[in-house]
Amino acid sequence: MVLATHDPVTVPPTPYAAGMNEGAIVLQGVTKRFGDVRALDGLDLSVPPGTVYGLLGPNGAGKTTAVRVLTTLIRPDQGHARVLGLDVMERPEEVRSVIGLAGQYAAVDENLTGRENLRLIGILTHLPRPAVNPRAAELLERFELTEAADRPVRTYSGGMRRRLDLAAALVHRPPVLFLDEPTTGLDPHSRRELWRVIEELVGSGTTLLLTTQYLEEADRLADRIAVVDGGRVIAEGTAAELKARMASTTLELSFHDARTAADASELLRPLAGSPPLVEGTRVELSVDDGQRALIDALRDLDRAGLVLASVALREPSLDDVFLALTGRRTSGGGGDDPDGDRAQADRGRVPVGRKIG
Amino acid sequence: MTVTSTAVRPPTVVRVRRAVADARALTWRNLLTYVRLPQLVVFSTIQPIMFVLIFRYVFGGAIQPPPGQSYVNFLMPGIFVQSVAFGAVGTGIGLAEDMGKGLIERFRSLPMAQSSVLAGRTTADLARNVFVVFLMAVVGFLVGFRAGTGPLPFLAGVALLLLFGYALSWVFVLVGLGAANAETAQAVAFPTLFPLVFASSAFVPVESMPGWLQAFAANQPVSVTVDAVRALMLGGPTISPVLQSSAWTLGILAVFVPLAARRYRRAI
Ligand SMILES: Nc1ncnc2c1ncn2[C@@H]1O[C@H](COP(=O)(O)OP(=O)(O)O)[C@@H](O)[C@H]1O
Ligand SMILES: [Mg+2]
Repeated sequence: MVLATHDPVTVPPTPYAAGMNEGAIVLQGVTKRFGDVRALDGLDLSVPPGTVYGLLGPNGAGKTTAVRVLTTLIRPDQGHARVLGLDVMERPEEVRSVIGLAGQYAAVDENLTGRENLRLIGILTHLPRPAVNPRAAELLERFELTEAADRPVRTYSGGMRRRLDLAAALVHRPPVLFLDEPTTGLDPHSRRELWRVIEELVGSGTTLLLTTQYLEEADRLADRIAVVDGGRVIAEGTAAELKARMASTTLELSFHDARTAADASELLRPLAGSPPLVEGTRVELSVDDGQRALIDALRDLDRAGLVLASVALREPSLDDVFLALTGRRTSGGGGDDPDGDRAQADRGRVPVGRKIG
Repeated sequence: MTVTSTAVRPPTVVRVRRAVADARALTWRNLLTYVRLPQLVVFSTIQPIMFVLIFRYVFGGAIQPPPGQSYVNFLMPGIFVQSVAFGAVGTGIGLAEDMGKGLIERFRSLPMAQSSVLAGRTTADLARNVFVVFLMAVVGFLVGFRAGTGPLPFLAGVALLLLFGYALSWVFVLVGLGAANAETAQAVAFPTLFPLVFASSAFVPVESMPGWLQAFAANQPVSVTVDAVRALMLGGPTISPVLQSSAWTLGILAVFVPLAARRYRRAI
């Protein structure tokens, strides 16, 4: 399947041309309030055409609201939103003809079969009638739903529903695709399967905006990432850039007793960019050059006669990036305990000195 | 930089044709739901069937029909109108469920005629009503109902009450779009429909009610529609009740279609 092949019947020519400076998806100073809640607080975003862009943020950051503004479902209070150069408020119908949306919860009809769901979308998006059935069959095949195609969706597993939902978003071959937390709530196996499907989708001209709470997911799927918190972008760049810009490498040392750990943290303080983090017998140092710091630390400890139990260098993860940016862990950091106890526990250990902004 | 538009909107003819095709597709989808979940239709037929049996055999003996009419003949037009009136609640429930499942949100993100969501819903419920009224006519025949005026006036009566039911569906479109879930839609429905259906000429002659109630009962939309259907199926002056019922139907449509359409645009 070639996603970039636009059906001339359903996709009107747009004023947007590749090579223009404007991104395929653009948000400029978009605000949206729900009562007292500022869901979006001046959100800016520009997604280069043909790329995968990750909106990464914890629950309540405003990701879904941003997607709903861009997909014409709600009107922003202020600011501009454009898709392929089309203003979502002025030309919603044309925007709808160039986008596909798979929302945060699978929106498929339980009482229809998988095939009937896709055929319905094919008819509603005005595919030429003879193309409707082949298109449905092609997508079912691609998403490995052929066997279940003629069963009511009611009988599908969570992963199958998500795949069908994604297929439904692709029926009319939209050049711009929005996936709102495509893998939230899936078991690890289904998640990896969906990742594979998404990776296959991209790379043929489709522009994809993907929201996620999973750092691993953004890291794996997205070319560029915007970290969103409180309705605004707090950091933007490639995964590598974010890591390089924000977090340093962590040198983790542990000792046999807390007394030694405390002494070591005093001793090694000059090596770190910020005050070392001491927790019982463990000491964590944020350092710029991991290799250098490791050698220096071992030398200094040896001279002072402090005995190490173990030592490790930890490269920064996106979780560390988020911590550095917000002073909080993301709720889905490890992938398997959204809103979990671990995030709560970690929050208590955040050293004030590391908080930025 | 100002982006100048080269995008073309399809010509009006194409847009209208698509709107009709979209509404047909969604009508098909909604009817398929009734086929897949027959309990939805069974529920909306069991209740009127129970009413036929209860009023025909339990209360009927104690109710004095107008002179020269059997009670079962008096009753059945009331039952037909009652079926479509309560059936309208299903329109609201269906929409509230689609909203809850995110289907309306998906439809709203598609390049389809947005009017078709409500048109497809109300049309499917009109088709369901055709089936329900047919079934009730058969049940009525089995318990002794005989329309005396011939097939054409009978069908005119059916058409009149189906249109009335269609108009009521639009009232419940508004309820369904505003409701948080199907239960809320249902909860809103009954306190509004019960007085209309029971303080009406559907089951008892209005003359048997206390005077203060008669003024309401004689003129409200369910009563005038029942009266019109009765006149068409059993005989008697038809023009006045048919005009009154049509006026209510058109009035309800004129108020609630625009309100529902506006609510839909702002929904979610
Ligand atoms: N329809 C709504 N009504 C009221 N509050 C809302 C609504 N939608 C979102 N919010 C609030 O706006 C904030 C952002 O929500 P959302 O965009 O759903 O975040 P995310 O998708 O990142 O979890 C949250 O505080 C949420 O409670
Ligand atoms: Mg969300």
